[in-house]
Amino acid sequence: MLNEIREPQCAQQAGASASDSGTRTSLGFRNFVVGFSHRHFREVSVAAALLVLLAALAIFAPAFYQPQPLLSLLTREAPTLVVACGMALVIISRQIDISVGSQFAVCSVSAGLLAALNWPLALVLPASIALGAALGAINGALVAGLRLPSIVVTLATMVTWREALRWLRQGEFVNLPDGAQWFGLSQVTGQITLIVVALTLLVALALAMKHLAAGRFVYAVGSDAEAARLAGIRPQLTTFFAFVLLGALVGLAAMMNVVQSPQVDPKSGTGLELKVIAAVVVGGVAISGGRGNLWGVFAGLLLLACISPALTHLRVEAYWEKAIQGAIILLAVVADGLRSRKERH
Amino acid sequence: MARIGGLKILLQLSSVTKSFGAVRALKGVSFDLRGGEVHALLGENGAGKSTLIKIVTGAHRPDGGSIEIAGQPVRHLTPSTAHKLGIACIYQQPALFPDLTVAENIALRLEPATAARKVNWRERRARAAELLQRIGADLSPEAEVRSLSMPEQQLVEIACALGAGARIVIMDEPTASLTQKEQQLLFDVVRGLRAGGVGIIYISHRLDEIFQLADRVTVLRDGESVGTQLVRRTGVAPVSNQTELAAHAGPENGDRRDACPTLTESELIKLMVGREVSHIYPPSEAEPGEVVLWLKNLGCAASGVKNVSLAVRAGEVLGLAGLVGAGRTELARVLFGITPADAGEIQLNGKRVTIRSPREAVAQGIAYVPEDRRRHGVILELPIAHNLTLAIHRRLFPGAWLRFGAERQMALEFIHDLDVKASGPEAPGASLSGGNQQKTSLARWLATKPRLLILDEPTQGVDVGAKSEIHRIIRRLAREGLAVLMISSDLPEILGMSDRIGVMRGGTLVAMLPGRSAAHEVMAAALGQAR
Repeated sequence: MLNEIREPQCAQQAGASASDSGTRTSLGFRNFVVGFSHRHFREVSVAAALLVLLAALAIFAPAFYQPQPLLSLLTREAPTLVVACGMALVIISRQIDISVGSQFAVCSVSAGLLAALNWPLALVLPASIALGAALGAINGALVAGLRLPSIVVTLATMVTWREALRWLRQGEFVNLPDGAQWFGLSQVTGQITLIVVALTLLVALALAMKHLAAGRFVYAVGSDAEAARLAGIRPQLTTFFAFVLLGALVGLAAMMNVVQSPQVDPKSGTGLELKVIAAVVVGGVAISGGRGNLWGVFAGLLLLACISPALTHLRVEAYWEKAIQGAIILLAVVADGLRSRKERH
Repeated sequence: MARIGGLKILLQLSSVTKSFGAVRALKGVSFDLRGGEVHALLGENGAGKSTLIKIVTGAHRPDGGSIEIAGQPVRHLTPSTAHKLGIACIYQQPALFPDLTVAENIALRLEPATAARKVNWRERRARAAELLQRIGADLSPEAEVRSLSMPEQQLVEIACALGAGARIVIMDEPTASLTQKEQQLLFDVVRGLRAGGVGIIYISHRLDEIFQLADRVTVLRDGESVGTQLVRRTGVAPVSNQTELAAHAGPENGDRRDACPTLTESELIKLMVGREVSHIYPPSEAEPGEVVLWLKNLGCAASGVKNVSLAVRAGEVLGLAGLVGAGRTELARVLFGITPADAGEIQLNGKRVTIRSPREAVAQGIAYVPEDRRRHGVILELPIAHNLTLAIHRRLFPGAWLRFGAERQMALEFIHDLDVKASGPEAPGASLSGGNQQKTSLARWLATKPRLLILDEPTQGVDVGAKSEIHRIIRRLAREGLAVLMISSDLPEILGMSDRIGVMRGGTLVAMLPGRSAAHEVMAAALGQAR
């Protein structure tokens, strides 16, 4: 930052004799870049880290860029991205939901059972989304309606859904009928469909957060719920709908996962909450609410997802994966902490 | 060391100054406290009492001036050195640990803070019992503090102060939450301390207490001491020797005291407020129109507002005066639906309305610029433009789809109109100065095109320049037909800006005075003195 502030002064001193019109335009452009990277410092630095990693892979392990493994990687991460978008909204509104993994499992198994009953996929999909939204609504009602702390509420629902599912299904897998996998499409088409769905949702939600009044309310409530209330916004309603939207996205993501294999694992979604929260935090969303955007979350998710294949391709022991991911999360949190400390002074 | 007939100077502040940013809280205050006297400190809200106390307890470091304690100059007074030098402060709300016993609470203050040491429980209890007995408190050392009443907790605080060997005890509005009987009990303890040679700085808004208890009173006004005077006591016989004090005081504090050795309540009130309203206030030119807000017996049990009846007309600035805690902010919060009313009637433009939430208040055309601007006036993380349009999304963006061009245009207009000093509409709220945050907060509410504007401490913590700008804006808004309800603890502001002045005390409206009232009339009503 210091360098960026000093540089224009140096330029002025050095180019005192230079014609000023040229200097001014280049300074204007530079000011724009500096201003942009200052305002979106976190997003820019995560994107830069991702680009560095991809460039390193291109040089040292070009095998990473073979189409089929890359497509598989992106397909695997597509459901995670969908959940991460919803989680970002909830965290921006200064709440958290750690029950997404259990919601994911409930929706997956339910979708599988419905498909096994020979429901058409065109009905299973909305059913799964509606179930997810209902589970999200339960969290939302408890958090917003009764004003309970979201970490405790969703801890309770996380355990409840997971254990209820275990008791009901006794750990049994659900076999999908023929034709359910990849929506009955060829594998490559199915994979591309999932990726396109995830990216479309990302773009739509990112635009909505910026261009819709509702998106602005989420930021306002997360920054200062009382101030938002005094401005005539209903913070509890905003919070409630953030949870419902997250639940619906979890339902969709579950469906996107179910179609990837011939069976539904009742333990699917285990650890999903950690993966998603990690992506959101690395992507620059402040855990204290009110700050961040979905583009950063996208970059954060890709960064974390690329670590594992990168290690394989660079022939580093795979054991390091979790440790490196942990270090990245720590770095992100420390960066946020230092920044908010600086702003306070 | 100065010795005056057994009363030695314990504390001497000389020309102490302290500023917070652009606000000069203390402009060279001198103050002295002697052993065996109760020295009352009096002043309006914001006169500098709290700042002075915080300097004595080491919480704030003065910018200039000197402090002497027991004749020794003290440079860097910190809370811990203040404690060691025998300074103790008893706040309105005792700061005790509710889950620990009385003896444990006393021990926490007095025993060394070493983690690994053996606790001598018997000694601990014995000392607690002894201290409580010394102040005549009938309390068990074994009692849990949670189970004690407010005055009993204050007694524990006093016992702590005594046990620490405090020679200087500061009491900040100790009787604010006490009943009459509890008050007398506390006074007895204070008199006991005085008899033991302790110097007591006593802060209170209740003039009768000061006349009962205090030996001398110092009045602060706008960060300056306007005089230290002897009090004509109406209570029990004094323990300290008043005549000796008076005899000595003459040459030291100038001729004012010789001329006026004792004083009456009304003289005291005049001292607190006595100043001319300066001419920086823009004159009122509005002709009040129709009644916009009309209240009848409005009450809200939860926030202590009761029985408020008043009317505010279009084009009129109604000032609401009163002490902190008189219920003015609470009334504003009732009107804005934050704590909805549960009694009485609200009429807006002649129509009866109920307001149950800020949302409904906004829909009815009420705007509220809250007191705590730093916390709730502007959202610090959002850019100015977003802050401005937060309350008018439905009007500015009917399709819920934000139009950044229109938003930016509006933000630029308001920035220009109210002269907000900012790098642009994109600058975050956190980057603005206090006065500009206040203007932004005001602009948000003006954007809603309200009929009634409630301002709560509109110029608190704002520098002088921004203050007169905000005053001009308020005048202009009134001229444009807005009804303005302005809460302020700044008496000159109330007097200079109001077309009429409502005075609140104890959650209710106690007086409605004309705009050109004298300061002491307002103050007398706020303090509850018969005029």
